[in-house]
Amino acid sequence: MKSRRQTTFIAGACLVISLIMSILILRRVDQTRPQATLDEVLYISSPKVLERASLGYNGLMADIYWTRTVQYFGQRHYRSAQSYNLLAPLLEITTHLDPHLLVAYQFGASFLAPKPPSGPGQPDRAVQLIEYGIQNNPNEWRLYYDLGFVYYMELKNYAKAAEAFERGSRVPNAHPFLKLLAAQMAQHAGEYETARTLWIATYQTTRDGHVRSNAVEHLRALKVDEEVTRLQSAVTRFGARTGRLPSSMSELALAEGLKGTPVDPDGNPYKLNSEGRILVEHPDDFSFITKGVPQGYKPAPPKFHVQP
Amino acid sequence: MPVIEILGLEKTYLVGFWRKRPKRALHPLHLTVEEGEVFGFLGPNGAGKTTTLKLLMGLVFPTSGSARLLGRDWTDPEVKAQIGFLPEQPYFYDYLTAHELLNYYGQLSGVPGKDRKRRIDEVLQRVGLTDVKGVQLRKFSKGMLQRAGIAQAILHDPKLVFFDEPMSGLDPMGRREVRDLMEQLKHEGKTVFFSTHILSDAEALCDRVAIIHQGELRSVGAVADLTSSVQSKVEVIWQGREVPPSMKALGAECHVTGDTVRAVLAESQQDAAIDALRRERMRLIAITPVRTSLEEYFIEKLQQSETSVGSTA
Amino acid sequence: MSARIVHIASNTFREAVRDRVLYNLIAFALLLSGAAILVGQISIDIKRLVVINLGLTAVSLFGVVIAIFIGIGLVSKEIERRTLYTVLSRPVRRWEFIVGKFFGLAGTLVVNTFFMAIGVFAALLFVSHKFARPDALILVALYFIILQFLIICALALLFSSFSSPLLSAVFAFSLFVIGSFAEDLRGFAGMAHGLTRWLASAAAYLVPNFSAFNVISSIAHEQPVAGQLVLHNTLYALFYAAMALSGAVLIFEHRDLK
Repeated sequence: MKSRRQTTFIAGACLVISLIMSILILRRVDQTRPQATLDEVLYISSPKVLERASLGYNGLMADIYWTRTVQYFGQRHYRSAQSYNLLAPLLEITTHLDPHLLVAYQFGASFLAPKPPSGPGQPDRAVQLIEYGIQNNPNEWRLYYDLGFVYYMELKNYAKAAEAFERGSRVPNAHPFLKLLAAQMAQHAGEYETARTLWIATYQTTRDGHVRSNAVEHLRALKVDEEVTRLQSAVTRFGARTGRLPSSMSELALAEGLKGTPVDPDGNPYKLNSEGRILVEHPDDFSFITKGVPQGYKPAPPKFHVQP
Repeated sequence: MPVIEILGLEKTYLVGFWRKRPKRALHPLHLTVEEGEVFGFLGPNGAGKTTTLKLLMGLVFPTSGSARLLGRDWTDPEVKAQIGFLPEQPYFYDYLTAHELLNYYGQLSGVPGKDRKRRIDEVLQRVGLTDVKGVQLRKFSKGMLQRAGIAQAILHDPKLVFFDEPMSGLDPMGRREVRDLMEQLKHEGKTVFFSTHILSDAEALCDRVAIIHQGELRSVGAVADLTSSVQSKVEVIWQGREVPPSMKALGAECHVTGDTVRAVLAESQQDAAIDALRRERMRLIAITPVRTSLEEYFIEKLQQSETSVGSTA
Repeated sequence: MSARIVHIASNTFREAVRDRVLYNLIAFALLLSGAAILVGQISIDIKRLVVINLGLTAVSLFGVVIAIFIGIGLVSKEIERRTLYTVLSRPVRRWEFIVGKFFGLAGTLVVNTFFMAIGVFAALLFVSHKFARPDALILVALYFIILQFLIICALALLFSSFSSPLLSAVFAFSLFVIGSFAEDLRGFAGMAHGLTRWLASAAAYLVPNFSAFNVISSIAHEQPVAGQLVLHNTLYALFYAAMALSGAVLIFEHRDLK
């Protein structure tokens, strides 16, 4: 009896100690190999080879690669990395393993094209990826939308964008706004208006948290850009009328007949500097703004206000 | 000095897959065996004999109670160096030869190298497996496995041996040999504790027996005392096609098969039966004692108690 | 005490050998020589790559299968066949039995891996006619594979101590597959929130982590292995195996051998 109790005690202690030690070591291993799961991508970047290596369990493998992609992107974002060179291969592998994984194409459309620090700056790879998706899922109007989006937003190729939306609108059960978008492309309607339509469409049609919060940031930035443009032209008008710059925002607001001082989406009033430029209080809070920033401003890594 | 002291060992198994129900395999058992005894542990199949032996060997753990073997706590691993155990229907590593098996067990029992070789040859000789010591056990018959089992139980020259149903699976010759072996062990001063469900095996060998039934100890004592109330029987077989009236008069139950007749009668009538057959000039073929199994013993005991007392035992 | 463990271990090894486990080496040799000859027909650069990738992957998979299929029977088969009765009725402690069985199986796998390693190097010599310095990295990969076997042996033994062979095989094989994606699992857990995150992380840290042991493809590309990783993997394998063995001892120590 005694020896048995002793064994039980020792074995129990061994179990607890080994468990704790193995977890601690594992944490060290994870620290020294932060990107271990992506090593494979460096060695086997050919989706075809991977497809064979997954022994027919492509769907599962695709899911694993999809989580790796999201993780990779999230980590890079978090560390405000300047390069995203694995994003395109990861997405290509994922979609090759499961060509019907629509969210991967959407992800690519939103994140492959932008330049660092928001993305790898590879709009061509994004177009390639989505074209591959359309090939495999010709009846998914969302993919045409994504394609048009990349052409319009990143490549500024309005003719191609119009064509993509047009193609999409012919797909059965396509969302009616594709037709509208195609028309807007042709008319070159107000740029902010179109961009807003596109981002809202992206926001509404996706279920991916990253894509969604990215769209929210862009919409916020659009609003700022639009308002800063409007206020800037008010400054110009003021100058033409009075021959001087307004001394403060309140003077400008009074002259323009605005109610109170105009504020940005976060509720902070816009500022007016001595050179007559309209500025945002905290430019780093609006990741994708192009207006309202001081001269020589370097954009910070994107901040997401809505958690993915 | 008592060699085995069982102090209220009790075992309740939980049976059933989902809702476990307790099933008592052994009621608290108290039993003492003295040094040098050959002790028979009797009971019909499923009475709790094997459970008791497994408890003593530390293969299962008791629900309560304890035991002392050779004066020490029974869970003390060192005690086991002095104990031999033959399980019921033993089965061994069949990829080993008999010699390798014994060598392995000798190592585990801590028999030093030089002694081991000598002991192995000795016990192989003793159980009659010398000729097949280089044969893999997978080629062994049931009887040969039983012999190998006995060999491993006495290999390390234990002071106390436990045999679980040592005679089962053996032919009459084998039974005889095992019986002789147990007698030799007794002469060597060892204590032998063996279980059986055959009454006559115990009668021939045991100083004392314990009878266990449905997990409960029923009685302990000399075999003769316990079985005196049960009439021993003999089986008489002779050549013939009919039963002479003189035999019928002896109260024998007779069965005619072909040209032989088989009759079972009380041992006390044996001489009268032989005389009767002689008178009729019948050719006697065999007289053998009928081995009473414990089931029969219990049936008989129950019947007796019902008729005499009118209550159950 | 140590002597009994050695005896049990060597008997376990003998059982594996007599059960013709080492015959798997023939299949391995056929596979590897076939590949070496076939790949000779293809391009020069890829020969070495294929031989190393295929050879080491086969070493790992063959070993895992052997470890699981022997490991799951180590305890349960002895209980079922009642061979354990005559062992445990001797002065053998139950934990000694478990530890001895573990070393017996681990020893079998080390010997098996040793012969396979010779095969891999022979095939390599056949395709590239000489050894280069980076080929020494193969030894590191083989070492990691053996560490992995230790974990699988201990796990199979753990399952064997309370479950039937078939179920044990299923458990052990599932853990092998899950363990190969352990890093993904931990990443996945990190993406969750609240209670899910907590539970998923606990599970992710409890399953064996095999991904850090797989350096085959990086070695095939002649990438060096960090010394730190060798140290961490060694410690991890030892602790994880110790943990599984302690579990097996705890279960077995209280088990009735019906």
